[in-house]
Amino acid sequence: MSAQPVLEIKNLNVEYGLGDQAVRAVRDVNLTLHRGEVLGLAGESGSGKSTLAYGLTRLLAPPGVITGGEVIYHPGQGESYDVLGLSDKGLRDFRWAQTAIVFQGAMNSLNPVHKISTQLTDVLAAHEPKMSAHSRNARAREMLKLVGIAADRMDAYPHQLSGGMRQRVMIGMALILQPQVVIMDEPTTALDVVMQRQILGQLIELRERLGFSVIFITHDLSLLVEFSNRIAIMYGGRIVEEAQAGALYRDSLHPYSAGLLGSFPALRGPRRELTGIPGSPPDLKGMPSGCSFHPRCPKAFDPCAGNIPVLGNPDTPDGATRSVACWLHPVKEPVA
Amino acid sequence: MKYLLQRILFYVFTAWAAITINFFIPRMIPGDPVKSLLARFQGQMSSQAIDSLYVLFGLDKDASIWSQYIDYWKQLFHGDLGLSFTAFPAQVSDVISDALPWTLALVGITTIISFFLGTGLGVLAGWRRGSWVDGLLPATTFLSSVPYFWLGLLAIFLLAGPDSFFPSSGGYSPGLVPAFDQYFIPDAIQHSLLPALTILISSVSGWILSMRNMMVTVAAEDYITVAHAKGLSDRRVALSYAARNALLPNVSGFALSLGFIVGGTLLVEIVFSYPGLGFLLFRAVTAKDYPLMQGIFLVITISVLVANLIADIAYLLLDPRTRKEG
Repeated sequence: MSAQPVLEIKNLNVEYGLGDQAVRAVRDVNLTLHRGEVLGLAGESGSGKSTLAYGLTRLLAPPGVITGGEVIYHPGQGESYDVLGLSDKGLRDFRWAQTAIVFQGAMNSLNPVHKISTQLTDVLAAHEPKMSAHSRNARAREMLKLVGIAADRMDAYPHQLSGGMRQRVMIGMALILQPQVVIMDEPTTALDVVMQRQILGQLIELRERLGFSVIFITHDLSLLVEFSNRIAIMYGGRIVEEAQAGALYRDSLHPYSAGLLGSFPALRGPRRELTGIPGSPPDLKGMPSGCSFHPRCPKAFDPCAGNIPVLGNPDTPDGATRSVACWLHPVKEPVA
Repeated sequence: MKYLLQRILFYVFTAWAAITINFFIPRMIPGDPVKSLLARFQGQMSSQAIDSLYVLFGLDKDASIWSQYIDYWKQLFHGDLGLSFTAFPAQVSDVISDALPWTLALVGITTIISFFLGTGLGVLAGWRRGSWVDGLLPATTFLSSVPYFWLGLLAIFLLAGPDSFFPSSGGYSPGLVPAFDQYFIPDAIQHSLLPALTILISSVSGWILSMRNMMVTVAAEDYITVAHAKGLSDRRVALSYAARNALLPNVSGFALSLGFIVGGTLLVEIVFSYPGLGFLLFRAVTAKDYPLMQGIFLVITISVLVANLIADIAYLLLDPRTRKEG
């Protein structure tokens, strides 16, 4: 895999509300998405995963505000640019053409009063105004075929499709402009397990064929272990650990990752006790001092309550390829 | 299509029920039309005239209520609503058709203007929350809570007068003959401005408020975020995604208000002595002109039903989810 970055998130901060009342939902996040990889983003509810995704595409609904940082996008050709600095026009052109999103609510992502075909082709009309109506339709048809939906469903309304079909329409829609990056925000949570597998399998296959990068957001770490190349774990608005999927699964360094991994059963291997993580996610308004995980951490010791650990390469044999923010693992070199 | 047929059948049934009730109610009121007509003439009528009145109203023969009912329907189908007392011996249908255009023109046009203006402002206010349009809301809400007639009286007091551009009452200047010519039309418009303004002021805020609230609700829907993420222009998201969905409840409200156009804004027509159906109804009620009241109620009932049917059809066209067929 080439280690060419396609999206670099640098020191991103997102807050909800203004002034003293503001809640910092994403704190100093640094994350790089490489070309062609699937980057998993996992964490409990309220850990800032979705906010991060909305933030980097500037889709935050008020009162969400990006208070700092950069999101550098590297297109295939041409200059790299900061998404956060784009003009309204530039942002509109960037959206969907470069970074498409598949949202959480499969049921509500489609406009109930327009046909599927209208909703597929209006993206094309907005981004490629020179395209003829006929070729727009042909392209939309092609995308439906790609995600395994019969072309005669073009004229269907969203309420005439099942949840799984709607989500597949959304995936087809996300790929219609052949974006470099596709963000999947819990795309399968509203679906049953069988449909989940089917859609994810299809997605991975499409990714291999079309070569886009994926940021896959979920609270289901078991899915990520299977489907992603790299995994980043978020807690309290920060990234606490980031590693290759296999490495994270085999030996996670952060106690929180270990807790997440311990909360679902392994498919193979010896039977083990499911542990889960005691306590509940932190209140973003009153974050604990130091490492925000320390009140729930089974391995907390002296420095944890006092100082915030920095995300950096740990002092392990594979330390160069992973990073962690934990006092248990002294950082050799902080991640920029 | 089947759904539509069902609705039409339902409305036909409702119309039948309404007309039947309309037939029975006056007959349950004590006294008869001739006596109430006599009261108007204060007994200054010869007994011959009274007898001929009984013949004229069809009350001379001892017809059963059933055969009266059948005759009533026969007359209805011929457009015969009976004779008016107050405008005696004019036909009720003629009296109503004289008044109807005034109401249709005044209240009809203002209702349509009010709907489009209010909905448009509502879209703006809902889409750009916190802009100047939002500042308009408390003002319009205040104006809509002011009673109609008081607003009308205030308008007359402040704006109308002997030397004012706005006439204080009537539908046209005395001396003019109603016709579609260059003298009458501008004069009629001038007379309608003040009542139209008061109707507009008191009704527009309802549209603004409901449309704005629906816009705000719809703006939080997932498909709006998706539309933004798709990089569509703000205009397209606002109109084709947000407003198109937010419009649905307002459209049925609009169709219903079309039904009430015919009933007229009674108070406005009374305050401005406007020669419309509302004013006519007011006169009919004060003069106990039962045939006229009956006729007006019939027209109002039918127009409300037709408006409901229009609302159903509009909904069918606008919201694919209501279409039953696969």
